[in-house]
Amino acid sequence: MKVVVLGATSAIAQAAARVWAERGSDLLLVGRDAAKLDAVAADLRTRGGNVEVLVQDLNGDHGPLVSRLDSPAVVLFAQGILGSAEQRETDPEAAELVLRTNLVAPARILALLAPKMPAGSCIAALSSVAGDRGRARVGVYGASKAGLDSLLSALRQRSQATGVRVLTLKPGFVDTPMTASLPKTPLFASASEVGRGIVRAVDSGRDGVIYLPWWWRVIMLLIKALPERVFKRLSF
Amino acid sequence: MAWRTEVEFPAARPLLAHGQGRSYGDCCLNDGGTLLRTSGLDRFISLDADGTLRCEAGVTLGEILRLVVPRGFFLPVLPGTKHVSVGGAIANDIHGKNHHRAGTFGAHVRRLELLRSDGSRRELAPGDELFAATVGGLGLTGLITWAEIALRRVPGPAIRSESIPFRGVDEFLALCEESDQRCEYTVAWVDVLSGAQRGVFFCGDHADGAPRRPHARAAVPVDVPAVNGLTVRAFNALFYAAEKISAGTRLRHYDPFFFPLDSVARWNRLYGRRGLLQFQCVVPTADALRALLRDAPASPLTVLKRFGAPGSPGLLSFPRPGFTLALDLPNRGEETFAHYARLEAIAMEAGGALYAAKDARMSRDTFERSHPRLAEFRRHLDPAFSSSLWRRVAQ
Repeated sequence: MKVVVLGATSAIAQAAARVWAERGSDLLLVGRDAAKLDAVAADLRTRGGNVEVLVQDLNGDHGPLVSRLDSPAVVLFAQGILGSAEQRETDPEAAELVLRTNLVAPARILALLAPKMPAGSCIAALSSVAGDRGRARVGVYGASKAGLDSLLSALRQRSQATGVRVLTLKPGFVDTPMTASLPKTPLFASASEVGRGIVRAVDSGRDGVIYLPWWWRVIMLLIKALPERVFKRLSF
Repeated sequence: MAWRTEVEFPAARPLLAHGQGRSYGDCCLNDGGTLLRTSGLDRFISLDADGTLRCEAGVTLGEILRLVVPRGFFLPVLPGTKHVSVGGAIANDIHGKNHHRAGTFGAHVRRLELLRSDGSRRELAPGDELFAATVGGLGLTGLITWAEIALRRVPGPAIRSESIPFRGVDEFLALCEESDQRCEYTVAWVDVLSGAQRGVFFCGDHADGAPRRPHARAAVPVDVPAVNGLTVRAFNALFYAAEKISAGTRLRHYDPFFFPLDSVARWNRLYGRRGLLQFQCVVPTADALRALLRDAPASPLTVLKRFGAPGSPGLLSFPRPGFTLALDLPNRGEETFAHYARLEAIAMEAGGALYAAKDARMSRDTFERSHPRLAEFRRHLDPAFSSSLWRRVAQ
């Protein structure tokens, strides 16, 4: 099985890639930092994967990237940034970088890639519970993930005819370098737990929206059900 | 920390690497300073056909076993839990049930990289002075980023284990004499409350076969102070009876043989909020061991082992020829501290040593006498690194 991981140095992507590597899968890792990609590749090779590396800024030119991907069985979109809390809401450049990395790049890649995906293949993308409702602390990040959710939902409808599965993966809080500055609560899951959940979702043969761990679906249903006049007074 | 190639030491000093935090004492704590969490340095680097494993310092021994056992390899030395990091195993130069054959964990480390606070990266090997200081060096010489370990070959996950009930120190000594020759792994559990000091001697060897890993796992959800004189007495009696009934040889998966406590997650909560102290010492003679056992208080986990001759490569390494005794003491404040001090005095009088990785109470004098090469070690300290233990006993 050939798996392409975009943003392969992400902690969650690494955790999922480890499961695939232990099965002896073929993996193509894409990211912009050659030294980090090499460290991830060595780890996955040691675990049993057949690993190739492609050093490429995923916010760069997408044509050559997509032309390198010939009929993968699975493509995992794991590129994403949270940005620093002080900057992303007030600095226009920082806000744009979050949107470009988390939403514009996947949209551009999918425009080129989706028509090339073979029947029975799977497009899986890491979104977030933050995309379910805009919160004070993660406005731009939440907007980028809400946009990604919408994009994937549309693609899923279109793909019913072609037999390509589209998975929207929504982790809650995960203990990764992205959340290193946040205080840890019992709501946090480990990257390896979420990574295993991703592989399970891909294995399941289903498409749709997957919450990781599953109980975030309940929490987010409640949060989405709050009337705006209540929600706007909350601060979380 | 997430990348070994990209470590930025924070400005708040002193620093101390912190892997899984499984040391019983304060050698993995750094009160008022900064802990460098190494759990993100969890990547393998390579595994050669000859069994040379290179990995980052935050990889746990459990993860290594999961990778290497199906490929016919095994870690050369294992402690009582698989939830410890490679960095921690080196920094405490840990030992296991095969010390009489294999020596310490550090004796199987072929290379390691040490990142000093001045930004320099040192690739160290046995024979280097800084290597000898770093193995067993309690994390005080800098940050270990990766290490290379010589694995051993095994036929599979099976251990042929034997349980032999015994009474008294003399029988224990006779069993050591006989079994240490014959078996790779030996350790004894002893019930000090029973007047006759009954116990069970465990020995094991790698064997052919593929016994299943037991899946039953329990967890202690909250702090419940369940360990007291009464429950220890009951537990010890039951444990002894169960082992006596099942005494003899059987084929087991390695996991329950090496890591019985790992099958109960967060078992420490059974000691309540005040927790436990562990006392572990090594004494050179059987007479000193007798004296310790006479004074040992109620403990559900009293473990005895005879250390062997293989030397330890570290300047501060704990294992040395003699008998090691480890016991868990429920923390009841002053009363427990007094008991600890009595055992400490017996061990010191006998010319023994205390194990810094387990300690929360030893005196400066004990620390010095336990580590005859301390002065030599001090020359290799990284000035930006320290720990609560180091400030308590050596600074």
